[in-house]
Amino acid sequence: MSFAKPKFTHPQSPRNKVGYIKSDYEGVISTLCAGCGHDSISGAIVQASFEMDIEPHRLAKLSGIGCSSKTPTYFLSNSHGFNSVHGRMPSIATGANLANKNLIYLGVSGDGDSASIGIGQFVHVIRRNLNMTYIVMNNGCYGLTKGQDSATADVGSINKTGKANEFGPIDLAGLALELGASFVARSFSGDKTQLVPLIKAAMSHPGFAFIDVISPCVTFNNNKGSTKSYDFVRDHMTVTSKVDFVPLKEEIEVQYEAGKKMDVKLHDGSTLRLAKLAPDWNPFDRNSATNKLQKARSNGDVLTGLFYIDPSSGDLHKKLNTVDVALNTLNADQLCPGQSALDKINASFRG
Amino acid sequence: MKPTDISDPEYFHKVVDCQYACPAHTPVPEYIRLISAGKYDEAYMVNWESNVFPGILGRTCDRPCEPACRRGRVEEEPVAICRLKRVAADNKGDVKPYMVSGPFESNCKKIALIGGGPASLTVARDLAPLGYEIHLYDEWHKGGGMMRTQIPAFRLPEEVLDEEVNYVVDLGIHTHFNTYVSSMKEVLDQDYDAVFVGTGAPKGRDLNLKGRAEADQHVHIGIEWLESVAFGHRTSVGNKVIILGGGNTAMDCCRTSRRIGGEKVTVVVRSPFKDMKASPWEIEDAIREDIPILNNMPPKEFVVENGKLKGVLFGKVRAEYDENGRRKLIPTGEPDEFIEADDVIIAIGQDNAFPWIERDLGIEFGKWDIPVLNKTTFQSTLPHVFFGGDAAFGPENIITAVAHGHQAAISIDLFCNDKDLNDRPAPMANLMSQKMGIHEWMYDSYVVIDERYQVPHEDKALSLTDRKIEVELGFDKGLGFKEAQRCFNCDVQTVFTDKKCIECDACVDVCPTDCITFTVNGEELELRSRLSAPATNLTQDLYVSEKLPTGRVMVKDEDVCLHCGLCAERCPTAAWDMQKYLYQVTKATEVCVQC
Repeated sequence: MSFAKPKFTHPQSPRNKVGYIKSDYEGVISTLCAGCGHDSISGAIVQASFEMDIEPHRLAKLSGIGCSSKTPTYFLSNSHGFNSVHGRMPSIATGANLANKNLIYLGVSGDGDSASIGIGQFVHVIRRNLNMTYIVMNNGCYGLTKGQDSATADVGSINKTGKANEFGPIDLAGLALELGASFVARSFSGDKTQLVPLIKAAMSHPGFAFIDVISPCVTFNNNKGSTKSYDFVRDHMTVTSKVDFVPLKEEIEVQYEAGKKMDVKLHDGSTLRLAKLAPDWNPFDRNSATNKLQKARSNGDVLTGLFYIDPSSGDLHKKLNTVDVALNTLNADQLCPGQSALDKINASFRG
Repeated sequence: MKPTDISDPEYFHKVVDCQYACPAHTPVPEYIRLISAGKYDEAYMVNWESNVFPGILGRTCDRPCEPACRRGRVEEEPVAICRLKRVAADNKGDVKPYMVSGPFESNCKKIALIGGGPASLTVARDLAPLGYEIHLYDEWHKGGGMMRTQIPAFRLPEEVLDEEVNYVVDLGIHTHFNTYVSSMKEVLDQDYDAVFVGTGAPKGRDLNLKGRAEADQHVHIGIEWLESVAFGHRTSVGNKVIILGGGNTAMDCCRTSRRIGGEKVTVVVRSPFKDMKASPWEIEDAIREDIPILNNMPPKEFVVENGKLKGVLFGKVRAEYDENGRRKLIPTGEPDEFIEADDVIIAIGQDNAFPWIERDLGIEFGKWDIPVLNKTTFQSTLPHVFFGGDAAFGPENIITAVAHGHQAAISIDLFCNDKDLNDRPAPMANLMSQKMGIHEWMYDSYVVIDERYQVPHEDKALSLTDRKIEVELGFDKGLGFKEAQRCFNCDVQTVFTDKKCIECDACVDVCPTDCITFTVNGEELELRSRLSAPATNLTQDLYVSEKLPTGRVMVKDEDVCLHCGLCAERCPTAAWDMQKYLYQVTKATEVCVQC
């Protein structure tokens, strides 16, 4: 019986630019059900962090409650972490980000944590364009309490008891678009070739980056008739584009057919390269993204890929016009400059 | 690539690196597990069935299995397989009840075995239970051949040798000891149904340099000298001894010299240290006994003064290698070096010699006076004469001789039954699931980083006083258990059933050594370039599945798989299963009664 992962690694494991091998970004062995989609997403996060040359201590992972929110234990063991109250991860992330804007913030949540108990927090963190990556591991059910339909379960989707869901779903990606999120994407846990570049782009994005990842619950929602099963998603998946993330200073080698490729320069100098597969879609146009999403929904398709991006978005710190350095580095003298400074401010009001 | 055919018995056999590398294909992980479980009798019998001399080989084997061991590819050193074999032999109880025992019903066939070494004894053991009347000829008073004459007692105690030789002899073998066979014609005239020649490579090479003849009284041939020491004909050696040569015989000669009077013993090798043929552990043991090894010094002359050996004059060279890796020794121009010696032992190789086989009997000889043989059947050009061991293809080692013996026994049995010798029996292969529960296996699957354990040695001062005191003491039960736990159980195979796979990636994510990839198929070299981890070891196979629903295939690089079972534990549909693969070379007969 395995309670831990062996410490052996491949003797020729490649090292990234900061000197780590991929397993340095892993966590302890998962205690989720074997075959859980969430584990694949953890794997994609590990892969993306490794490829992004992230120094583990520069990243903070935050989560709420649920199967999804357990996963930060299973990746990035050497990073900062906060497992918060149910649905309250956005508040913690906001506080942490305000105190130290120099970390990369990775929030992990589930459909229960974000679409039910935490939906109030979810919508406000979008509004504020907090600089973070927000991943929802969306399995359409409450796996931790034995598979009741969640708020993202589609109408008519059959759960493990054989009963069809009667309530309309909350489309978290649609909601994010509606509320003005500056990066919105959807992916599938079973498609790492799509998910890894999306996570990398989201981590590079200077604002709120939302990825809704369909992640089959292999125990309670992988049955016939479920719209969140491996088979259903594979059969009904359509994509907006093929995504390729090209980090700064790397040559772009792949050649795409003219007119179909689209390079999106990100603020840190890296490039998000899209090979468009949907002709009637423009990633910079919120309306076209919304339309595309609605159309796919009425066709019964699961639309994945990047939906919308505003590469020049200004995050919360920009809106609040905070100082350049992280607030937690300010000392007492800087925070409390003394009577003469106060006198000056008071005088300015008398003007 | 084509989907891997796991029904081919050789596919999974190759994954069990140690067993595959063993000439006799002993099921190594199987007996190591038994040692972990404290089942020493069973562990011994698994060995005895396969290699006939577990106690002997547990001390003296050339260990082709160890460089092959998978742990050596992810950690510094391989599992101490050879020493574990000895743990089984040292701690076993009475194993005779597990062995076949006579008298056997006669099949009225008579076989002669010439030479009493490991090859002949293996043939004897495999054929005796079938009812053959076996006649074993050897020039010495006991069986064992080179194991007795060439391996010093401080490496292989006589009791261990006698015990395992007797297990064979006790099967009702007609021994003709103290009988030197000087004519093959006389043997053939006795109407044996088949004759097996296992006379080894008994001729030590000489070195014809200036002064050789004059110094003859104090210049010895390595294997002959070892033999005379082993039988007590020679009990002393001069104070200063030079050993010429860098193989295992040289190591045995220098260490023996240290025990019978040699105080200033020096090994001089003409080639660089790294090219020495001796096993690394034997070189280590020699160095531990304060024996300097001088390299890059070819001997030039035996220096004799007034008819008495004074020493040896050596040149100085350096090695150069051409693009094919071929070595040339180039003189460096440095002055020659003279080393004093009372005795010189030449241990620079040994050859086959068949002066006793008349050349008009129909047994053909080829290059270097080696018999012309069928490489599979070991049959000579005279159909009822077979060769094996060092006598067949030149000097090898004990375990190779055993492997030859097994095959020759099959050939002889087929021959005596008028069957086609090329119709070789298929190996026995069996796959059995190890699943006991959701996360439970019948084997100890968890693997940890754990350095190889050192084997304890006898006190040096004491062991140098008597050539019969064994130097290596072997692992005790506790250390043996710890070392046994280092085995990865490579015989517990990762078996993949494509029909069950839902491509959830769980196995890919959990694999500690990134062995598994789901990708589109391609040609092998191209496919290797885009797997999860570098797959550069071309001697290790890729396990490729049939096409999966998404159009991809599962590709597993067998190279550094830890056989930890995590892929199977994290698989929701049991598409991966851990299955124990037992592969056994088929012998002429069953020799184990209860296993």
